[in-house]
Amino acid sequence: MISILAEQIGKSYQHIHALENVSFQVGKGELFGFIGPDGSGKTTLFRILTTLIVPDSGSVTVENLDVLKEYKKLRTMLGYMPGKFSLYPDLTVEENLEFYASIFDTTIQENYHLIRDIYVQIEPFKNRLAGKLSGGMKQKLALSCAMIHKPTVLVLDEPTTGVDAVSRVEFWEMLKKLKSEGVTIVVSTPYMEEAGLCDRVALMQFGKIMKIAPPQQVIDEYRRNLFSVKAENTYKLIEDLQRFPETGSAFPFGQSVHFTPKSPAFFPQMLIDFLLQNDHQNPDVHSIEPGIEDCFMELMTESPDAGDLSKI
Amino acid sequence: MNNSTPIIRVRNLVKKFGDFVANDHLTFDVFSGEIFGFLGANGAGKTTAIRILCGLSKPTSGEISVAGFNIYNQTEQIKRSIGYMSQKFSLYEDLTIAENIRFYGGIYGLKRKEIKTQTAILLEKLGMNDYRDQLIRDLPLGWRQKLAFSVAIFHNPKIVFLDEPTSGVDPITRRQFWNLIYEAAHNGITVFVTTHYMDEAEYCDRISMMVDGQIVALDSPGKLIQTYNAANMNEVFLKLARSSLTEVKA
Amino acid sequence: MNRFRGFVRKEFHHIFRDKQTLLILFGMPIAQMLIFGFVISNEIRNVGIAVFDQSHDAVTQKITDKILSSGYFLLEYDIHSQNEIGQAFRGGKVKEVIIFAPEFARNLEKTGTANVQIIADASDANLANLITIYTTGIIQDYINKSNAQHSMPMQIVTEVRMLYNEQMKGVFLFVPGIMALILVLISAQMTSISIAREKEMGTMEVLLVSPLKPIQIIIGKVVPYVLLSFINAVTILLLGYFVFGVPVHGSVVLLLAECMLYILLALSLGILISSVTNNQLVAMMISAMALMLPVILLSGFIFPIENMPKILQWLCALMPPKYFITIIKNIMLKNTGLLYVWKETLILCGFTVLFILLSVKKFKIRLE
Repeated sequence: MISILAEQIGKSYQHIHALENVSFQVGKGELFGFIGPDGSGKTTLFRILTTLIVPDSGSVTVENLDVLKEYKKLRTMLGYMPGKFSLYPDLTVEENLEFYASIFDTTIQENYHLIRDIYVQIEPFKNRLAGKLSGGMKQKLALSCAMIHKPTVLVLDEPTTGVDAVSRVEFWEMLKKLKSEGVTIVVSTPYMEEAGLCDRVALMQFGKIMKIAPPQQVIDEYRRNLFSVKAENTYKLIEDLQRFPETGSAFPFGQSVHFTPKSPAFFPQMLIDFLLQNDHQNPDVHSIEPGIEDCFMELMTESPDAGDLSKI
Repeated sequence: MNNSTPIIRVRNLVKKFGDFVANDHLTFDVFSGEIFGFLGANGAGKTTAIRILCGLSKPTSGEISVAGFNIYNQTEQIKRSIGYMSQKFSLYEDLTIAENIRFYGGIYGLKRKEIKTQTAILLEKLGMNDYRDQLIRDLPLGWRQKLAFSVAIFHNPKIVFLDEPTSGVDPITRRQFWNLIYEAAHNGITVFVTTHYMDEAEYCDRISMMVDGQIVALDSPGKLIQTYNAANMNEVFLKLARSSLTEVKA
Repeated sequence: MNRFRGFVRKEFHHIFRDKQTLLILFGMPIAQMLIFGFVISNEIRNVGIAVFDQSHDAVTQKITDKILSSGYFLLEYDIHSQNEIGQAFRGGKVKEVIIFAPEFARNLEKTGTANVQIIADASDANLANLITIYTTGIIQDYINKSNAQHSMPMQIVTEVRMLYNEQMKGVFLFVPGIMALILVLISAQMTSISIAREKEMGTMEVLLVSPLKPIQIIIGKVVPYVLLSFINAVTILLLGYFVFGVPVHGSVVLLLAECMLYILLALSLGILISSVTNNQLVAMMISAMALMLPVILLSGFIFPIENMPKILQWLCALMPPKYFITIIKNIMLKNTGLLYVWKETLILCGFTVLFILLSVKKFKIRLE
């Protein structure tokens, strides 16, 4: 069963191509992630899905309803959480929730079971003004508000941006629970490591989808040999790797550097010798499995648009 | 990289807002030339502490010196010795690249000629020479952030404060950004940085972890990972922040 | 209905939680009334007058003394012929000439009526209006007191003539003007800002994606401000009455109904403004420039429309506050009923319908 069907969407603002030829499908009850940095077109895409803006070309249906012609009916079925948390800072937690329930002609009591797990965490603060909540709590309240009318499709635009790692993990646990209730969830995030929590992901850059696949498949299809390189002085290591003739790419990852060689003939000892010659103590080079972020960077560097300002 | 003179010295920093204690007896040193990661959950009190260190607000009590200056009565000198960049405010969107640089050079009292030569060097380094007359709002986010950082250290400050500098930036630009940070540290600028990306935390020389207004851990990333028996900083963060949550609930 | 009620409740929360704005909302009308009121009444001190007494009897002498001892007026000239009247005005010092008809005391005694003419320099319309009111008031006071002693009721007929601005249409008391100003400011500016704020905060996105209809959002925004503006209108009238003694001669119900109509007009204008702006600052600038200046400059509030060039007069005809001020002046000061102001009322209705239609049509169901 298909919940969202998008075909060849295009959208431009003056000289900027916000979206180019974007096509994808989301199944009913699927947790579908759009992964990409700011400016990759996620927000524009989500506004089209939620009937807020009209694409220049292409067609989109959500739950078999056309986002252009049948927007009125569709709007009763959508739950939407925009990038800015869209709460009223001068209303209390409870008043915000009550308000969003009332405009969908429902009450908190009626659908309380849907949001209970999330809402109990902020309920002790229900008389506090929403503007005085911490980022993590705002995000939970915003999700509660988006869910209170029992939407069929939930569209969440960067719900975890700027939220600390703990709240982020909790948030994804909540999404898993909502998914088990049968809600279709479309979510975007700039944090690559969150991709693994989705059923399928679309990797986006420069208004285009570079790849759509389940996260594991994205990793399986990584074609390069990837090595983790460690040395005492990371700054010097990066500098020296730029001069190493075999270097295809070298990006810092935490305390190590992820390194891909130019030719398949590369073997780790070549690099260890090179690093020893350059006064590095105890260099360590070993082969590793890629993460989503490695895959994203591979796709990015292959993209013909990479580094071309006029395309952005 | 570390020499033993602390460039930021904080002893028993307390900041209260009414009954609410935002910073509860913070004590730490930041050494010259190091990259110091300042981590914590939302609302843990990071922003409050950074504001105090930048001389923007006064602490309730505590002994604090930044770049050798007293936080209570030498804020002017402090402001002259630091650079600041945040995700929210960095550059004027309706000015061009060159205009922004000239403006910031100007407020720090750099001479016209100096600004001119430095601008040329900077734009060359960032590869933005052809775009010097582009408006900031027409640049991709990653470029803006790189430029904002370069502007923040344009007057060659002793310390630069970075508040979530890489939020939402693509993974490649993020790493280019960190290369700039490494380079600045290499040139002797102390870097004080907050981030929500835990892999970035591992780029730091030392990290402090704040939970509910207190510093609960302070060490190099490697040692922290060892101490908390974790695979990476993300796990360390979750363990520390979670333990405090369960304490509150219990 | 539940949807709508929830929306209105939210709006009231916004208004009452923003203490600063609330203070301005209710403080501004009071402050403006006091400022205008006292500035204007302060002008009535030692105004130069001339007296042309063609009778020279005990009664005219008494009245003249009474006028001069009031402290409002200062005698500049005694005039002895018709020609000197024009000269006196041209000299610039004299703002008013009082002319007693010949045989004043005798006529009063015999027939019970006597004539006095008051001519004022209406190039300063406001001042002219005020001094003639004061003068007639003093004469009336004299006659009331004498009537108490005489058995036969006497009457002095005062004829007021305005020089240089004969019709006196641009002259008014400040209350209608301030009402026009305050109501437009609060109604139009506050609604346009409150809609722009939702756009700025991103909450408008969620409202649009909800099943709320545009008309529900619009009316929900308007209802609280109708109430607030109405309270303000009443405050201004009460202040005018109790502090400055500005009477309401006509029907209070009609007056309030006209206020209501004008409030609706201003609100629909505010919504129209908000539909073309995306942030609070622009909304504020537009409403300040587009509403405040015309109300002050082009409504006859301060400058008489009759003295303006033709083009500006046409422009004035497009300003709703002009009609409102006319209506209020008529009801308050002249005790005229709907019969005399139905044309203006109809014009205001027309403006209101036009603005509402435009704003519902222009209200965006999407983000762009």
